[in-house]
Amino acid sequence: MSEPAGSASAPLIEAKALTKRFGEYVAVDGVDFTVQRGEVFGFLGPNGAGKTTTMRMIACVSPITDGELQVLGMSPMTDGPAIRARLGVVPQEDNLDTELTVWDNLVIYGRYFGLPMAQIRERATELLHFARLDDRRTSRVDPLSGGMKRRLIIARSLINRPELVLLDEPTTGLDPQARHLLWERLYRLKREGVTLVLTTHYMDEAEQLCDRLVIMDGGRIVAEGSPRQLIDRYCTREVVELRFALPEQQDAALPPLRALGERVEPLGDRVLLYTSHGDEALARVTGDGIRPDSVLVRRATLEDVFLTLTGRTLDE
Amino acid sequence: MSDAAPATTRTPFDTLAAAVPMLRVTERQARVWRRFWRTSAVTGVLMPLLFLGALGVGLGGLVDDNRSSVDGVDYLVFVAPGILAATAMQGAAGESLWPVMAGMKWVRTFHAAAATPLAPRDVFGGWLLWIAARQAMTATAFVVVAAVLGAIPSPWGVLAVPAAVLTGMAFGAPLTAFSGGQDSDLPFPLIMRFVVVPMFLFSGTFFPVDQLPDWLLPVAWVSPLWHGVELCRGATTGSLGWGPALGHVAYLAGWVAAGCWWGIRTFTRRLAA
Repeated sequence: MSEPAGSASAPLIEAKALTKRFGEYVAVDGVDFTVQRGEVFGFLGPNGAGKTTTMRMIACVSPITDGELQVLGMSPMTDGPAIRARLGVVPQEDNLDTELTVWDNLVIYGRYFGLPMAQIRERATELLHFARLDDRRTSRVDPLSGGMKRRLIIARSLINRPELVLLDEPTTGLDPQARHLLWERLYRLKREGVTLVLTTHYMDEAEQLCDRLVIMDGGRIVAEGSPRQLIDRYCTREVVELRFALPEQQDAALPPLRALGERVEPLGDRVLLYTSHGDEALARVTGDGIRPDSVLVRRATLEDVFLTLTGRTLDE
Repeated sequence: MSDAAPATTRTPFDTLAAAVPMLRVTERQARVWRRFWRTSAVTGVLMPLLFLGALGVGLGGLVDDNRSSVDGVDYLVFVAPGILAATAMQGAAGESLWPVMAGMKWVRTFHAAAATPLAPRDVFGGWLLWIAARQAMTATAFVVVAAVLGAIPSPWGVLAVPAAVLTGMAFGAPLTAFSGGQDSDLPFPLIMRFVVVPMFLFSGTFFPVDQLPDWLLPVAWVSPLWHGVELCRGATTGSLGWGPALGHVAYLAGWVAAGCWWGIRTFTRRLAA
């Protein structure tokens, strides 16, 4: 197998007008993006935005319908097995082998990559330690907690020492403690120089992990940049969240609020007031005689960016 | 994280699995089986003993008292190859229905394999190869036990093992292909009830097909199991000519080939869409 074309600066993934259609339905609608070696790149968006389909095309398990895609300098259409040999894939749904032990899950996956057994045993021992599952070696998969299963899947995805790891919704369904442990493991991979590409619909996950991300909605990319850049570009620095006891009170408060902030976003259960100085704006809100039930001043997040760009929240 | 390939010791199987990717899927199956091989070995010997005891010796005693022989041989000798072929069909069918649904939909282990350099056809091929290996083990145990009981008069009987494997694969290949394309397991009990069980009973397994009403005969001839039974019986009794033998082999191989063609299509559609 030849090395990817070009130097270390050549992108690991390059997509131009990448499109995927299932019959009439357009799942991915002409997206452009590049992923550089060593970065953590994210696809942020709600369910159905086309993130998973994009990941499956990168993973060479779903042929592209239109456009161009290069992964590791090769084409998924012609070099699928060669690309997959150098990828790690963490799917959204757990697909660990429930008929095998934790250890055999790693071993057989190494075998799927055609690795010799001596090498597999060496790596599986390291990876069990990496996943903090040393004492679960002979356990079946079913009794493992959700966090343990995710860690095992990540360990499994590393058995071939991939240059590029694709993680589809890596922490969906996990409790906060399990998520943080998982993030910490992913940071460690990043420090070791592994390029990570992940999808998420959690804005905090995207902010925590991603060097750079694209926001997807309805099969298209609606914005691209670092988390900080995106917030600076599309949002004010701070947000005042106001909750009212009654919907009528919220409706009545909207006209005066619009005069106070740079932008006002009424949601079903609360009003968001975008402003560069949250505390000052709040003082003026109460000075105007507006009496919300509760208030919260916070920094703007990627959730606000998404709301600004699409008019919807991420979990809608 | 990639590194220069370190000098690692390679076993002959390492080299073989590197060259023939589908063997890696077969190895997965073997690793699952390894956990309960003892049970499987015991049933492998016990089941033929029970069947041959009940049907061959018990029922056969009754038959032989009245008619002296079936198709010119003792009933035990007649029925043993029938049970052999039918067991291969049932064993292969069992491994081609629900376990395939599990790999494709419930546990999604096939999808995990498809994310590696393995191609969908490797997943399909490795799966089938294991079914063949299992049928070979079961058939070998059966033939040994049957020979000890005197149910296999001819030394050609050793060929009953590959004949039984071929019979099993004539069901395993198309059924795995079918299951791989299904979205639910609802059709599976129907297949067992309306395909496998009727064939089990009416393919010359327990009585010669010429006992069937004339209008049912063509159904028996179409049944892959009838060809499998004839082939196995021809081997254990040593009475089958080369012409008919080749005919049966070709018919069964046709089912295997069609099943493989169909299976590679459905596995590719499901695993690389």
